[in-house]
Amino acid sequence: MTTTLPLSLSVPEPGCRPGDEPDFSDFVIPKAGEVERPPIDADPNDIRDMAFSIIRVLNAKGEAVGPWSGTLSSEELVVGLQHMMTLRIFDARMMNAQRQGKTSFYIQHLGEEAIACAFRKALRDDDMNFPTYRQAGLLIAGGYPLTEMMNQIYSNSQDPLHGRQLPIMYSSKEHGFFSISGNLGTQFMQAVGWAMASAISGDTRIAAGWIGDGSTAESDFHAALVFASTYKAPVALNIVNNQWAISTFQGIARGGVGTFAARGHGFGIPSVRVDGNDYLAVHAVAQWASERARAGLGPTLIEHVTYRAGGHSSSDDPSAYRAKEEGAAWPLGDPIDRLKKHLIAIGEWTEEKHTAAQEEITEAVITAQKEAESIGTLGAGKMPSPRDMFEGVYETMPPHLVRQRQEAGY
Amino acid sequence: MTQMTMIEAIRDAHDVAMGRDERVVVFGEDVGYFGGVFRCTAGLQTKYGKTRCFDTPISELGIVGAGVGMAAYGLHPVIEIQFADYVYPAIDQIASEAARLRYRSAGDFTCPLVIRMPTGGGIFGGQTHSQSPEAFFTHVAGLKTVMPSNPQDAKGLLLAAIEDPDPVIFLEPKRLYNGPFDGHHEKPIVPWKKHELGDVKDGYYSTELGKAAIRRAGDDVTILAYGTMVYVAEAAVEEAGVDAEIIDLRTLLPLDLDTIQESVKKTGRCLVLHEATKTSGFGAELMSQVQESCFYHLEAPIVRVTGWDTPYPHAQEWDYFPGPGRVLDALHQMMES
Ligand SMILES: Cc1ncc(C[n+]2csc(CCOP(=O)(O)OP(=O)(O)O)c2C)c(N)n1
Ligand SMILES: [Mg+2]
Repeated sequence: MTTTLPLSLSVPEPGCRPGDEPDFSDFVIPKAGEVERPPIDADPNDIRDMAFSIIRVLNAKGEAVGPWSGTLSSEELVVGLQHMMTLRIFDARMMNAQRQGKTSFYIQHLGEEAIACAFRKALRDDDMNFPTYRQAGLLIAGGYPLTEMMNQIYSNSQDPLHGRQLPIMYSSKEHGFFSISGNLGTQFMQAVGWAMASAISGDTRIAAGWIGDGSTAESDFHAALVFASTYKAPVALNIVNNQWAISTFQGIARGGVGTFAARGHGFGIPSVRVDGNDYLAVHAVAQWASERARAGLGPTLIEHVTYRAGGHSSSDDPSAYRAKEEGAAWPLGDPIDRLKKHLIAIGEWTEEKHTAAQEEITEAVITAQKEAESIGTLGAGKMPSPRDMFEGVYETMPPHLVRQRQEAGY
Repeated sequence: MTQMTMIEAIRDAHDVAMGRDERVVVFGEDVGYFGGVFRCTAGLQTKYGKTRCFDTPISELGIVGAGVGMAAYGLHPVIEIQFADYVYPAIDQIASEAARLRYRSAGDFTCPLVIRMPTGGGIFGGQTHSQSPEAFFTHVAGLKTVMPSNPQDAKGLLLAAIEDPDPVIFLEPKRLYNGPFDGHHEKPIVPWKKHELGDVKDGYYSTELGKAAIRRAGDDVTILAYGTMVYVAEAAVEEAGVDAEIIDLRTLLPLDLDTIQESVKKTGRCLVLHEATKTSGFGAELMSQVQESCFYHLEAPIVRVTGWDTPYPHAQEWDYFPGPGRVLDALHQMMES
């Protein structure tokens, strides 16, 4: 017999709102080293369970264990630690600069530093990333000058983007960093297009697409998966699941599927989850995915499991919608602390070295900041010319824009 | 009467509508628990429950498409697109679906849907938090397009839009949320508390769609403006010492041509003002309508002051934004001819 009871709408709720006790007990975390490392040409059907587990290398004692360990030398790990520390210090200073009115807007990466920093190290210099606003680690780990980043943030006369873009919406083809749009999701699909172009051209370069947990709800995400799957595009498709999309918890975008990675199953794409706060694990997975892409085996979907420890942006106060204690209760810890612990455990690092590095990096960031500020900050010092506002809309300025520029007095 | 900001007036309109009519449902990105990034829906989930005010996945297409489906069912969805700059993924649902449902089904299905979005510049939001896309919507047959310029109108127009039997695009000039901004960005903001249009009637009232408001009566020149540009016009007129009549269009479509004609026939001059880019902007439509209906009364060519035909810049915001200086120049130039 069919029931005819009145229906009701189901609206998911996060486990924890302000005033509640954070509770991650239903968040299952496999032990480090537990997940197998399949060959890069594994049949996606044979590795479906990887979309429900989490690849982890660093254990609680700071040891690197299991089949995904060993992709980086200890020297490389020290460099990785320094990159993450640089990003964190850079963020803190730029958040502060925003508060002081030196720029209009800022987005930080607090707690998510490992993802972009480690991923970049598994790519070649001429590969192309299609990042969101939360992957500046790609630039820092790629050696992009800090002063240039700050010039962009300050919209000063040395801003490579001529003051046209919102702060942190960087662009650098030379550094494999595609221009950030600001419209969510659009670039995930473009990464697939770029990768298809590489394949059409018989090139050896690969692409990496980036998207947030919340933004996977955009149609662009689904379009990207179907194109990547159909054409076996040489692309790594990264979902950064930091649990929140502004005030909206990840369950709203995820819906009934167990994990974001599992979305890939319907497209026959090998889909894995990785501990996003584990520098070693992220690097190993990035290497696996890029080997697959470069070998012509097609796309990989990677869900980086992490936590947005700070506010969404300089305009956001998360205490209005999530418990303050939630960040501290996040079970995957802090990426910098964990790598530091590992390096100390293997005798490659000490507290003294860490303190010295902290001071040295802070010094370098301050030097870069002084240099950028000596050029100008938003609305003060040397600014891009208003004349420049009319340039670059087209390759050749059409007559109507020439007239408008003259009317504006430039 | 209660003194309200535009945000509070919009929130109050939602509250009144939801209290009066169970069919009114409210949703969008961050709209439920948090109450919207501009807080226009704060408190509604607590008051009316999470099946009448809720957060959605980040899919503008999904939000509008769900709205169309619910409206077809018989609800009255009031949905928020977080910024007008993010409406483009939903254009198909708006232009091909919401707008045409009544026509193509010969009234079998209709779409009483309100799509709200913070619009316009002036907040250093760069190209993705500053656009004025009104002309995209006024170009589509089947949509109504509204843009209030103050708390009083925002509440009355939103209530009228919610009661309207057809889809309404409701554009909220975000630079006006907290006070009437006249383009003098170097001055501190004046809060709505200090403005008579910040006095908002309590409870239910509605402001008819399709009716402009004369913000300043005058004999020498008619200024057609809407949203933030109403205050830019006021500032420029004061500085110019010109006896201008300032018309706040309030509804762009259907357009209150009667009020416009009456004014232009009296003044013989017309200045059209908007933030959006110039080419194919709504100003082009206004100029055509004035030219068609008032040609023999015009003493000078109609003039447009608009945003430049470039994407909205960041650092150069105040060179881009059509502020009082440019309006002043245009007024002087018109009065000489
Ligand atoms: C098309 C579009 N819709 C809405 C927004 C507004 N917005 C900016 S960031 C954001 C949340 C994104 O969350 P998520 O994808 O999880 O990324 P995170 O910020 O957590 O890194 C929203 C809704 C936007 N930028 N673009
Ligand atoms: Mg997120």
